Amino acid sequence: MQYIPNILFLIILVLGIGFFTKNIKKLFRNIKLGRDIDRTDNKPLRWRNMAKIALGQYKMVKRPISGILHVVVYVGFIIINIEVLEIIIDGLFGTHRIFGFLGGFYDFLIGSFEILAFLVFVAVVIFWIRRNVIRIKRFLNPEMKGWPKMDGNLILYFEMVLMTLFLVMNAADLQLQILGADHYASESGLVGAFPISQYIAPLFEGMSESSLIILERGAWWVHIIGILVFLNYLYYSKHLHILLAFPNTWYAKLKPKGELDNLDAVTKEVMLMMDPNADPFAAPAEDEGDPEKFGASDVLDLNWVQLMNSYSCTECGRCTSECPANQTGKKLSPRKIMMDTRDRLEDVSKNIDQNGNFQPDGKQLLDDYISKEELWACTTCNACVEACPIGIDPLSIILDMRRYMVMEESAAPSDLNNAMTNIENNGAPWPFNQMDRANWINES
Amino acid sequence: MSEPLRVPTMAEYMAQGKQPEVLFWVGCSGSFDDRAKKITKAFARILNKANVDFAVLGAEESCTGDPAKRAGNEFLFQMQAVMNIEVLNGYEVKKIVTACPHCFNTIKNEYPSLGGTYEVVHHTQFLKSLLEDGRLKVEGGKFKGKRITFHDPCYLGRANNVYEAPRDLLRKLEVELVEMRKCKTNGLCCGAGGAQMFKEPEPGNKDVNVERTEQALEVKPDIIAAGCPFCNTMMTDGIKNKEKEDSIEVMDVAEMIASAEEL
Repeated sequence: MQYIPNILFLIILVLGIGFFTKNIKKLFRNIKLGRDIDRTDNKPLRWRNMAKIALGQYKMVKRPISGILHVVVYVGFIIINIEVLEIIIDGLFGTHRIFGFLGGFYDFLIGSFEILAFLVFVAVVIFWIRRNVIRIKRFLNPEMKGWPKMDGNLILYFEMVLMTLFLVMNAADLQLQILGADHYASESGLVGAFPISQYIAPLFEGMSESSLIILERGAWWVHIIGILVFLNYLYYSKHLHILLAFPNTWYAKLKPKGELDNLDAVTKEVMLMMDPNADPFAAPAEDEGDPEKFGASDVLDLNWVQLMNSYSCTECGRCTSECPANQTGKKLSPRKIMMDTRDRLEDVSKNIDQNGNFQPDGKQLLDDYISKEELWACTTCNACVEACPIGIDPLSIILDMRRYMVMEESAAPSDLNNAMTNIENNGAPWPFNQMDRANWINES
Repeated sequence: MSEPLRVPTMAEYMAQGKQPEVLFWVGCSGSFDDRAKKITKAFARILNKANVDFAVLGAEESCTGDPAKRAGNEFLFQMQAVMNIEVLNGYEVKKIVTACPHCFNTIKNEYPSLGGTYEVVHHTQFLKSLLEDGRLKVEGGKFKGKRITFHDPCYLGRANNVYEAPRDLLRKLEVELVEMRKCKTNGLCCGAGGAQMFKEPEPGNKDVNVERTEQALEVKPDIIAAGCPFCNTMMTDGIKNKEKEDSIEVMDVAEMIASAEEL
């Protein structure tokens, strides 16, 4: 009978981690639906970028208030996870504070966890106030209605509850140790230091040992189950960034921001056109297959880094708040581009789960998720790319979709068609004669 | 203004069997737009004054393809690129200077993989190197002490991390350089990039150039300095929109230098 909690814990742990693994596999599968792109050059720089931008939060602190608060939550999250390791071992083997033998160092650890937990709690409360009371503008854009808003708040509630449970658990534990309860108290005095929960413990004074044990165990169980639930919540949430920010910064574009890729499929055609020896009547080679689609009308036309970008997006809206089009009331929001890409990819994922492979569903990213009006509002200024704290490139998706509109659908705004016709005919976007290009030299 | 400009073409150099030190890529705006032509001429006058051996392509120059590429017409872009590269390689061009950040970015970054690799510099970088080499002297002159703010062109700044060259030139003019709230990496676009110059903006509540002009007006400049013919047009329109054209000028950095030196 005494092993029931251990076995129960093991089952919950295996279920939690198993389900998480299943989702991670799905995540990999979905990202790999994207086209191939090689982003493995200059590995030393890629590692440096990951260390600086993801690990070092270099871009987060460019906005100091949200940046520093985020660093608190981030550091707290990582360090408190050391404690989760102890919780798991205690749960599996029925031990109490297994790392307690570390003595003074253990006290230091638990003490730091408590202080961090408190700071995280405070930071998360401020985040909640920014979203719901101060109502900062970038959290109120149209794309943030409904689930994205709830997702943002749910994450904050999760963290508040987890931190509270951790501190309550410690407070009850402290009280039990003071009472000298069996299994809790140690002959060598207090195990752990409780700089924060010592102020919570007095609330439990006068509680019987058995109710304290129920409280401590209750907090312990809900805390660890909460962590497992949170872990499994990631796949469905913008919070996935805590994992994907790392590969996302590693695989980010290293070339100058202004350099947009040259489409190889087009180069092939152009070179053929320019080749004086090419036979215009040559029959295509037998095994050429379907000609490659130019640009992107759906998520499967995007490359896998773009798809990973969409799963990494935390919907913080820094991109959108820097976007010149969005600032002047246009529909374009770079964040929405990323959110739409992820939503569409999730629909495709469900489609594949149901049918084994993707069956056309009469929908696509263009028009059904992202409108042409949004895409045409972009000035390609790269402000969104610069603003993203984890190196997401919304501009590359916008450009790929423009390419589809122009090269596959000939659906450019008529003014642009005029400019492009001029470039084609007389080598300038305006209807001037190319022969007059040097006239300025002799004009007074 | 007395002396006529000396602007030889590559064809003329070729005929003499010579190579210029640098090719001046004028760009469509610099060739045809009335406002931008003044920038082109100002820059050419400085090159003449510094005795730089330069040439233009003249009628052999064609659009780099930047607006086509950013509008999504990769086909037209690559056609333009390949034709320009053929001309440039035919003349064995090694170094290119241009006063247009869009041409600068495209030739520098997007031509190499299509077979066109050159050393490409923006005119502010080139002018700075002339100063450093002692080939050009610049003193404050009429701009000394004036309040100037520099509007970063996206395709010079964020796109290629060139922020200091234009500012160094302005410092040489002994101006009072003031920065806008949004500058350098965080600079706000003028609204012309990505082929927006050639189309009507999407519905919204303001034009981007007006928003940017308002940011410039916040720092109360005498002159808004620019480094791009398109930004120049957009900011000039913004100033007109705000009815400030009598008190605030929009000038290219090259124009300011030419004007300070009374060229």
